[in-house]
Amino acid sequence: MLNKVPLAEQRAGSGAPPGTRRRTWIGRELHHFRNNRELFLLSLPGLLYKLIFAYIPMIGLIIAFKNYRYDLGIFGSKWVGLDNFRYLFTTDTAWRITRNTVLYNTAYILVGTSAALLLAILMNEIKAKWSKFYQTALFLPHFLSWVLVGYVAYAFLNHSDGFINRTLESFGLNPVSWYQNAGPWPVILILVQLWKVVGFNTLIYFAGIIGINSEYYEAARIDGATKRQMAFKITIPLMAPIIIIMLILSIGNMFRGDFGLHYFIPNNSGFLYGSTDIIDTYVYRALREVGNVSMSAATGFYQSVVGLVLVLTANGIVRKIDSDNSLW
Amino acid sequence: MGKKFEFSKLFINLLFTVLSLVVVLPFLLVIAVSLTDEKSLNENGYQFIPTTFSLDAYRYLLDAPDILLRAYGVTFTVTIIGALVGLLLTAMTAYVISRQDYRYNRATTFYVFFTMLFSGGLVPSYILITQYLHLKDSLLALILPILLSPFNIMVMKGFMSKIPLEIIESAKIDGAREFRIFFRIILPLSTPALATLGLLISFTYWNEWFNAMLYIDDPNKVPLQLLLVRTLNSIEFLTTNSEFTGQLGIDLSSFPNSSARMAIAVLAGGPMLVIFPFFQRFFVKGLTVGSLKG
Repeated sequence: MLNKVPLAEQRAGSGAPPGTRRRTWIGRELHHFRNNRELFLLSLPGLLYKLIFAYIPMIGLIIAFKNYRYDLGIFGSKWVGLDNFRYLFTTDTAWRITRNTVLYNTAYILVGTSAALLLAILMNEIKAKWSKFYQTALFLPHFLSWVLVGYVAYAFLNHSDGFINRTLESFGLNPVSWYQNAGPWPVILILVQLWKVVGFNTLIYFAGIIGINSEYYEAARIDGATKRQMAFKITIPLMAPIIIIMLILSIGNMFRGDFGLHYFIPNNSGFLYGSTDIIDTYVYRALREVGNVSMSAATGFYQSVVGLVLVLTANGIVRKIDSDNSLW
Repeated sequence: MGKKFEFSKLFINLLFTVLSLVVVLPFLLVIAVSLTDEKSLNENGYQFIPTTFSLDAYRYLLDAPDILLRAYGVTFTVTIIGALVGLLLTAMTAYVISRQDYRYNRATTFYVFFTMLFSGGLVPSYILITQYLHLKDSLLALILPILLSPFNIMVMKGFMSKIPLEIIESAKIDGAREFRIFFRIILPLSTPALATLGLLISFTYWNEWFNAMLYIDDPNKVPLQLLLVRTLNSIEFLTTNSEFTGQLGIDLSSFPNSSARMAIAVLAGGPMLVIFPFFQRFFVKGLTVGSLKG
């Protein structure tokens, strides 16, 4: 995504003409700045916005090392060193939310990527007219909020009137209190997640497949390749860059769970925290329901730092193997 | 050979038909419940085909439409302002990054991109907005936190870097300055990308609930999605704590019943479902442009 134009080439456009009087470093920079000031001004609102809403909160992370009090503010509150972290890691909460976040994300990535790739490859086999129709249907949930999907889930899982329990009863089986029974939730969440995102991911991979030069397939057909051979020998290798970029991004987000999915689908039910709670829902509850600001900040800090390390590692590994496919 | 080929196509079509049904049917259940008579819901549970058809739920909601209308108003306002301002800022920032001859090109790219990798997280942002910017219960708290996404900037930049530099240079020779070039040449040339991203941003604002949950308490400023959150929460609270409500002497039958709840969901989600298929092809085009590297 980032541009890779050599620095020398970029400087050429704005550099001082050769043979001018020698200037000090500051003088030169000022000169360059004057040449670039209009473009800089164009980007200024965006830069300021990011400063306030992205960079200043990064400074606010020091709350994780303080005992935050609203009346004293970020800088007035007392330092407590690593106490917040010690507290977080001595209870089993840290382990539970970390495990859930990582396992769920791994499952979403594995299930989601393979399902979407498979559907994209299959979609490439059918007439465009039909594939448009299926795309629209599969894409639909992508545009609805998790809250709304929460209603859909509720219509199915509601204890007394829900579709699933009524169906179970009609077969003479006992109804299940879905919102009080933690056992089946990993499966429910994976299915709901797949249901919501598979259309979008299929579309991204499908767009990639369409972009593959059809001559490869022609040549393979002449050589007598089967459909399956074409998928494994042409489509998947040529799709590797897109797949890898998507994977790096999702690995970097390994520690960032989908709040909406884990909050609205289980309906924030306390019975289910053991198997549905992730770092994000925990941080939200610690802040809004429990009111433990510092603890919540410490958890958020842990999440951000590990997330950064993960994405850097993932990108580093990919760059080692094949530098063309890395993100930067 | 030919026969086998046809058969596999039929099979794939069948598979996609089933999948499409699996995706779409759940919505039909919600719609069906909203159109079913309350009594028959209690007897038969939620069913795909209403046993007793009834528009009571909608009549009930539209009898006192204030809350719903206000929520629509808030969501509309936030969506329109957010999309317009967000789109403009996205385009401005992306354009500057897309200019290969801009001296601070790499620095700006890094500055924007880094926020995708690392963030202060929820708590510092919450404190910034409530304690320092004093935006609690303000519509700005719904607009500002999601105004400018690095991902959108990157997508837009991908589009703009394809505009040939010669156009910009010739405009410069004609005496145009950067602002004029941006507003008179670049923006009109970027219409397809602007349309795609504008829609994406609008959808994001329309579906926004998280910041509303955090920052909005004032009942006059509740957007559509927060209204849904609150209704959903109150259902679960009341149904799982029936002894509690019983003790308080609250009559459950006077609360919005199941069909009315689902009707709220339909009224809130409906516009999206109707509008979305018309714009879908733009999305597909835009995403294809943005998701491919280079």
